[in-house]
Amino acid sequence: MDMPDTVSAAEASASGSLDGDYDDAAGYYTPGSPLVDTKAPDAPIAERWQTRKFEARLVNPANRRKLSIIIVGTGLAGASAAATLGEAGYRVKSFCYQDSPRRAHSIAAQGGINAAKNYKEDGDSVHRLFYDTVKGGDYRSRESNVYRLAEVSTNIIDQCVAQGVPFAREYGGLLDNRSFGGVQVSRTFYARGQTGQQLLIGAYQALERQVAAGTVETFTRHEMLELITVDDGSGQKRARGIVARDMVTGEIQTHVADVVVLASGGYGNVFYLSTNAMGCNVTAAWRAHRKGAYMANPCYTQIHPTCIPVSGSHQSKLTLMSESLRNDGRIWVPKNQADCDKDPREIPEEDRDYYLERIYPSFGNLVPRDIASRAAKNVCDEGRGVGPEVDGVRRGVYLDFSAAIERLGEKGITEKYDNLFDMYERITGENPFEVPMRIYPAVHYVMGGLWVDYDLQSTIPGLFVTGEANFSDHGANRLGASALMQGLADGYFVLPHTIRDYLADGPFEEITEDHPAVVEARESVKGRIDHFLSVNGTRSVDSYHRELGNIMWEYCGMERTETGLKKAIDLIRSLKDDFYRNVKVLGSAETLNQSLEKAGRVADFFELGELMCIDALNRRESCGGHFRGESQTEDGEALRHDDEFAYVAAWEWAGEDSIPVLHKEDLVYSAIEMKQRSYK
Amino acid sequence: MNLTLKIWRQPDASSAGAMHTYQLADVSPDMSFLEMLDVLNEQLNEQGEEPIAFDSDCREGICGMCGLMINGDAHGPEVTTTCQLHMRSFKDGETITVEPWRSDAFPVIKDLVVDRSAFDRIIQQGGYISVNTGSAPEAHSVPVPRDDALRAFNVATCIGCGACVAACPNGSASLFMGAKITHLGELPQGQPERDSRVVNMVAQHDHEGFGGCTNIGACTAACPKEIPLDVISQLNKDLRTAIKHGH
Repeated sequence: MDMPDTVSAAEASASGSLDGDYDDAAGYYTPGSPLVDTKAPDAPIAERWQTRKFEARLVNPANRRKLSIIIVGTGLAGASAAATLGEAGYRVKSFCYQDSPRRAHSIAAQGGINAAKNYKEDGDSVHRLFYDTVKGGDYRSRESNVYRLAEVSTNIIDQCVAQGVPFAREYGGLLDNRSFGGVQVSRTFYARGQTGQQLLIGAYQALERQVAAGTVETFTRHEMLELITVDDGSGQKRARGIVARDMVTGEIQTHVADVVVLASGGYGNVFYLSTNAMGCNVTAAWRAHRKGAYMANPCYTQIHPTCIPVSGSHQSKLTLMSESLRNDGRIWVPKNQADCDKDPREIPEEDRDYYLERIYPSFGNLVPRDIASRAAKNVCDEGRGVGPEVDGVRRGVYLDFSAAIERLGEKGITEKYDNLFDMYERITGENPFEVPMRIYPAVHYVMGGLWVDYDLQSTIPGLFVTGEANFSDHGANRLGASALMQGLADGYFVLPHTIRDYLADGPFEEITEDHPAVVEARESVKGRIDHFLSVNGTRSVDSYHRELGNIMWEYCGMERTETGLKKAIDLIRSLKDDFYRNVKVLGSAETLNQSLEKAGRVADFFELGELMCIDALNRRESCGGHFRGESQTEDGEALRHDDEFAYVAAWEWAGEDSIPVLHKEDLVYSAIEMKQRSYK
Repeated sequence: MNLTLKIWRQPDASSAGAMHTYQLADVSPDMSFLEMLDVLNEQLNEQGEEPIAFDSDCREGICGMCGLMINGDAHGPEVTTTCQLHMRSFKDGETITVEPWRSDAFPVIKDLVVDRSAFDRIIQQGGYISVNTGSAPEAHSVPVPRDDALRAFNVATCIGCGACVAACPNGSASLFMGAKITHLGELPQGQPERDSRVVNMVAQHDHEGFGGCTNIGACTAACPKEIPLDVISQLNKDLRTAIKHGH
């Protein structure tokens, strides 16, 4: 990698080397050299993947047994890669923090998985799936990667069917499809509302089969706490292993390999409340970032408008309900604050504000996710939210089915939304047939992640990143039913081909436990653990996490502004200082200690949160899930600035006391023309 | 509401455990059961007592990580996972006992956390279809009758939480195993390995120390995904067939 320039932001601005007339993030970062993906072949887009697969060197089957691979995470991207690389004959070690690989949070995905099978003969094709995905990502993803994703999507369905994934079928026994996420073709394969579960069980079973075959060794209840990088003798540091903690015994272990793969998922839990699982965290990715892996577009977050609202300060996580509910439900809040705690059924029609229908008369309740989410936040901030008051604010809006129930009858609604109405009632204790549902937006996916090239390799040689943990395929916004597609594409069909080109140079020099790089990594992990246990302050880890989450949600959530982001950075910095001085973690390092686990994760969330704010500050445009208050049309729509911001922002860690370095990868579209999104 | 909680505390696998009693005030009926334990843990942390260890991850009823014996019932009084159980199912002033899963095959790791890795080892013995990545035929080359696909799906919804084992007086994992045997056995793709699958999985099940099934049905009553009891009949049928075939 090129070393960054060392000019300060202020100097760079003065000398005019920064784009545009202003730079909101000046002083918060150092400009670095441009970044280029050198791995995508210079071929027409439809031939790039075939070309790369041919050019990537092969590894003789007899040599594969000599090569070892560490894979962190067992969601769709991790389990599928572990199974496939095990089948190929490599020696694989698979790590997860859960008690079984089958529990990874891919399991919670409801809707479905896209594939360009064109079984409906409705005009779908690889090119159309590619086009929809790039457009859906608001022209902030890398064209080559997205095309490949669309290309291998069809293989995924074949593979999963052969594994016994029970997709929905038609009466003739063939696979059923539905349309999803506002696209005009039916290309989504599904297994009722549990597609993620069924796909993950398929990958998990393939993984366990390799465990039985002796090619994969699983390490459950193990958490990666550091990446080991070793100088290969030429001054080049390569990823050579990880330090992991056995969460049951507390043992700090060193695992060395020829290559390391992070399939460790997304970091939505930086917001404390999200639809992520309780354990989802950024630590594996963040530790790699601190060792030299660039973090790309960290501010790109997807916020889903139809989640069940927070019911009190005890709230630990949020639950998503399918967006399809907006097809029949009408969204409203009371016109008058005084009505907010009234029984909604007693509020007359003329005192209700159907604000989406009012502000967006043509799309009404079906405006895109980001618009619906932002509008809900605005009415609640005005004090017109409904439901329980949490920290002095009611954060909820009504999603009212009474008109639809009148039209379709209770039976009609049950047929359409049965499990969703049940789920809502189980969580809230309210029957949505009688009382309007309450909904509120929640974070549920991050498009940002570690920067990777076309081979899915990070800026650290020998460190590959797959699934939600990388940044590459969804740009600034992910389309529905595309996360499952990407996870399995990466793990089954992309990584196994690209990783062999790297492994063709192996096996690498043997690394022993007493290698200085290993000792350093292990000691730093022990040092952090000792610190958390010795502070003996007054506040619990959760209380800090919750406060960090509030800051992120308030200033780096649905709408971001220069003032808000700068304030957030100050707040995060001082909260982080306080955390290190005043956190209270009881128990010991030698047993299962869930507070200790959380302390390490929250510590990394502080640093990530700050970088997210800096990234958002730098990007003075609105695109996809990133909305800058300063960059909107007169109607309040997101306004992109392609002339200035058509780049991937890849951030380099510059040290504990330094500001990060920004490397820009220009986005070039050869197969698609960039257009402004419109839904008016 | 105010509650008295009797909770199993055990420092580690090798130490003896005991029930401890805690008082918890101002519990909201809108809390989930696990959020109630979160609040108790905050209170313990404040008082300088180590928080109670318990497993949970997705907290939306699908990952299968959570699971507690609540007043003697696996996952408590409702047909759902512990994470989807809410405090409105309990009364003010109630005493609630909370224990880890009851099964020798699921040894306690700490407090309410148990080791369910035996389930993974059962799956390793045949709970899959052997198809390497890339070798799959076109998805539409083998149609599957809709009813078969539906039955396969219904039993494939098992989340591997272990409630069936915890509820069973024999500590049998037959429901868990039967669900997988039925899921893969209903599909044409699962036929080539059907005999060996059931034989090997049952052998591993017995080796792990799970008990035999005597058709009590406590498993299916406790199952948060309502896996039906007839998967065990299917398991027995497949086992008979495999033996007839000379396995």
